[in-house]
Amino acid sequence: MLLNVNGAQHAVEAAEDTPLVYALRNQLGLKGTRYGCGTDQCGACYILLDDRAVPACDTPLWAAAGKRITTVEGLGTPERPHALQRAFIAEQAAQCGYCSSGILVTCAALLARNPDPSDGEVRAALDRHLCRCGTHNRIVRAVLKAAPELRSGPGE
Amino acid sequence: MNLASRPASGQDSGAPRLPGSLQTNRRLSQWLRIGADGVVEVFSGKIEMGQGIATALAQIVAEELDVALDRVRMVPASTAHSPDEAVTSGSQSIQQSGSALRYACAEARVIYVAAAAARLGVAAEQLRVEDGALIVVSGAASGARISYWQLADDDLLAREATGAAAPKPAAGLQVVGTAAPRLDIPDKVFGRPRFVHDLELPGMLHARVLRPASPFARLETLDAARTQALPGVIDVVRDGNFAGVLADREETAVKALARLAADARWSEAETLPDAAALKDWLKAQRAETKVVDERAPEVPASVAKTLRAGYSRPYLAHASLAPSCALAQWTGDALHVWTHSQGIYNLRADLALAFGLPPQRITVEHAEGAGCYGHNGADDVAFDAALLARAANGRPVRLQWSRADELTWSPFGAAMAIELQADLDATGAIVGWRHELWSNGHTSRPGRAKTPALLAAWHRENPSERLLAVNPPLANGGGADRNAVPPYEFAARRVVNHRLLYMPLRTSALRSLGAFANVFAIESFLDEIAAEQREDTVKLRLRYLSDPRAKAVIEAASAGAGWRGWQRREGCGHGIGYARYKNSGAYCAVVAEVEAGREIRVRRLVIAVDVGRVVNPDGVANQIEGGAVQAASWTLKEAVRFDRTRVTSDAWETYPILRFSEVPAVEVEILDRPEEASSGAGEAAAGPTAAAIGNAVFDALGVRVRDLPITAERIVAAAG
Repeated sequence: MLLNVNGAQHAVEAAEDTPLVYALRNQLGLKGTRYGCGTDQCGACYILLDDRAVPACDTPLWAAAGKRITTVEGLGTPERPHALQRAFIAEQAAQCGYCSSGILVTCAALLARNPDPSDGEVRAALDRHLCRCGTHNRIVRAVLKAAPELRSGPGE
Repeated sequence: MNLASRPASGQDSGAPRLPGSLQTNRRLSQWLRIGADGVVEVFSGKIEMGQGIATALAQIVAEELDVALDRVRMVPASTAHSPDEAVTSGSQSIQQSGSALRYACAEARVIYVAAAAARLGVAAEQLRVEDGALIVVSGAASGARISYWQLADDDLLAREATGAAAPKPAAGLQVVGTAAPRLDIPDKVFGRPRFVHDLELPGMLHARVLRPASPFARLETLDAARTQALPGVIDVVRDGNFAGVLADREETAVKALARLAADARWSEAETLPDAAALKDWLKAQRAETKVVDERAPEVPASVAKTLRAGYSRPYLAHASLAPSCALAQWTGDALHVWTHSQGIYNLRADLALAFGLPPQRITVEHAEGAGCYGHNGADDVAFDAALLARAANGRPVRLQWSRADELTWSPFGAAMAIELQADLDATGAIVGWRHELWSNGHTSRPGRAKTPALLAAWHRENPSERLLAVNPPLANGGGADRNAVPPYEFAARRVVNHRLLYMPLRTSALRSLGAFANVFAIESFLDEIAAEQREDTVKLRLRYLSDPRAKAVIEAASAGAGWRGWQRREGCGHGIGYARYKNSGAYCAVVAEVEAGREIRVRRLVIAVDVGRVVNPDGVANQIEGGAVQAASWTLKEAVRFDRTRVTSDAWETYPILRFSEVPAVEVEILDRPEEASSGAGEAAAGPTAAAIGNAVFDALGVRVRDLPITAERIVAAAG
């Protein structure tokens, strides 16, 4: 099966009902997509399918085929960070960081849809995402810091 | 010989008492290595678990050696090379590992300065260190230089520490005390492999474990044939009530486990208490009773009135965001384990017991897990992986628990019942205080008993004894009785701890142990007394405290929150809570502001904290904020649910935690005390936050909720 991940085509050998999270992590070595619950209740494994943030644990390969898949690794790199990644570092918006990948992906989708969200809109967009370390407020601050950078153009 | 296996060596030989973990790991080379490549490798035995300790320790190293922070490489802990620092817990890493590194690096610096002086033919006093360069700053050779990296020689540090080298005084600090960015955060925001979950070894198999249906369930029959027949399944393992599957791929292991679970028949019994009457159940159990603290004046005061109130908290889950995970590999009778355990040596000790192996045959290596808030499933899953790996013919095995395993089989924070009494004299002064508590013990950590404390050891064909949870001694901070001794100066006081001798649900250390509930109870009760006396609750606290650091955090938090200028509004309230963690650690006061609608919403937490000397102010703020948000979640939402047979909170739907839209604003003020010893920040906010919220709810509604969590139903029940 062919998957379009972070802008490149990859051949994956797996049953078509295999949850995408396992193919990303184990076949393609993209460990940034974290497994948390397996039932779309925590948000740790969110990825972009075309431009929509969805749980990779609850997305079978057949549903992902033919779509653009973007993982946290596809958002940016240390050399070319996404404004959100820069802001998360600037705000030190993590403790354990296990929830970071899914949250970054959801926020990238949010800012693409709504380039100037309010504090409340960021929180509403992130309500499907759990953070157990209690870094919520830092994360919201980081998203609000990244938004104007993204709006003002090629910061990446 | 590795000194780590002879922890008492220093005392035996009459050697000097050394600071922190240097006392039991005395060789400088156990702590650091200076390389010719310009890198300082640091071997702390403490582990990173999202609390930022690796960064704080690296700052201490950079400070004492005078090298740039990015030259410091924190080597993940391993029994192969790390000092034995027991467990990363109790907010003690800065005291134990930080002190050791501070003194070890100060001494290493002296040694390297002496070596440089000899090489350059100058006196040590003529040298200044700048990012590892040793520069002659006076005399004829002025301007000559050499570096740590040019001098790098392992023999220089192959010696015992003397403790004679003085670390830098508070006034000269340049790296310690700054908000250095965390070393681990870039990997986490770029999604790099970092967690134990991300490790991949050549030939690795994937495993899943089949846990019993309920705490005391027996596996009557297990028909493995259909599971074994699935393509990709390598083996099905059964050992008594323990079972698991090995497969070539992760998704196959998941499917195989579902098949196996469907083909397992368990016999179960009603072994759990009535969740609706937990407080009464706790108080009715057989228990070991201990008077923790007692003080009485020569002449007893005359008591005009005695006030009484009872409080409780339920069992709480760690509810880490990642399911526990480990890798294990056997090579002959040698075992290698990769784990997110908090105590690699303790885990090794229990693995040695369980497999009947000398500890030297086992290597336990740390890799980060998701946030860790105490003794979770990390040790258990490592043992599970090692058990299953015996069927892997030498291939490495990666085992990840399910979400349900994580929420139902990680040890729980123990449920507690607390009864308080206060004697007031005719003037209303508090002249006597009694605190009595009932709870299972608060630690079941491995590596401390004669039989293994690892979960599967209780489920195997030849099971180990189900060890009852115990309490650490009060001198080490206590367990159930942590912070049960009030910080206030009451003439008479008595604290009694009843440790239950029946343990229906396995309990162990959860962030702050008994302090969360004890502080909630003490600070709620003080609020009740203040209300009864019609006295301002902040003033009442200040009246019974003499420690200026205690008063300072209360005054700072109440000033920061505008306590005196509070404008009363319908349905809104504010409240305060205070504690000094373990009565010997960080001072913390919290003011909470709540709004009571259909549910209680905490709008704002204003926190003042004094952790002594601050190593990294943003690290302290992050820990305090996080601890407060987690405590708000415990206080408002959390309880392990169960019927008489099974734990039923096995998913996030049934074990809800605070979400983004529910999280309060949190403001943290750090009162820096550069001359005072550093203490940890991770657990200080838990109890004060719970109390502040409970007191704010009373302020808003006039209803006192004494049984956590403070849900709408509890408020209705308390009002009734």
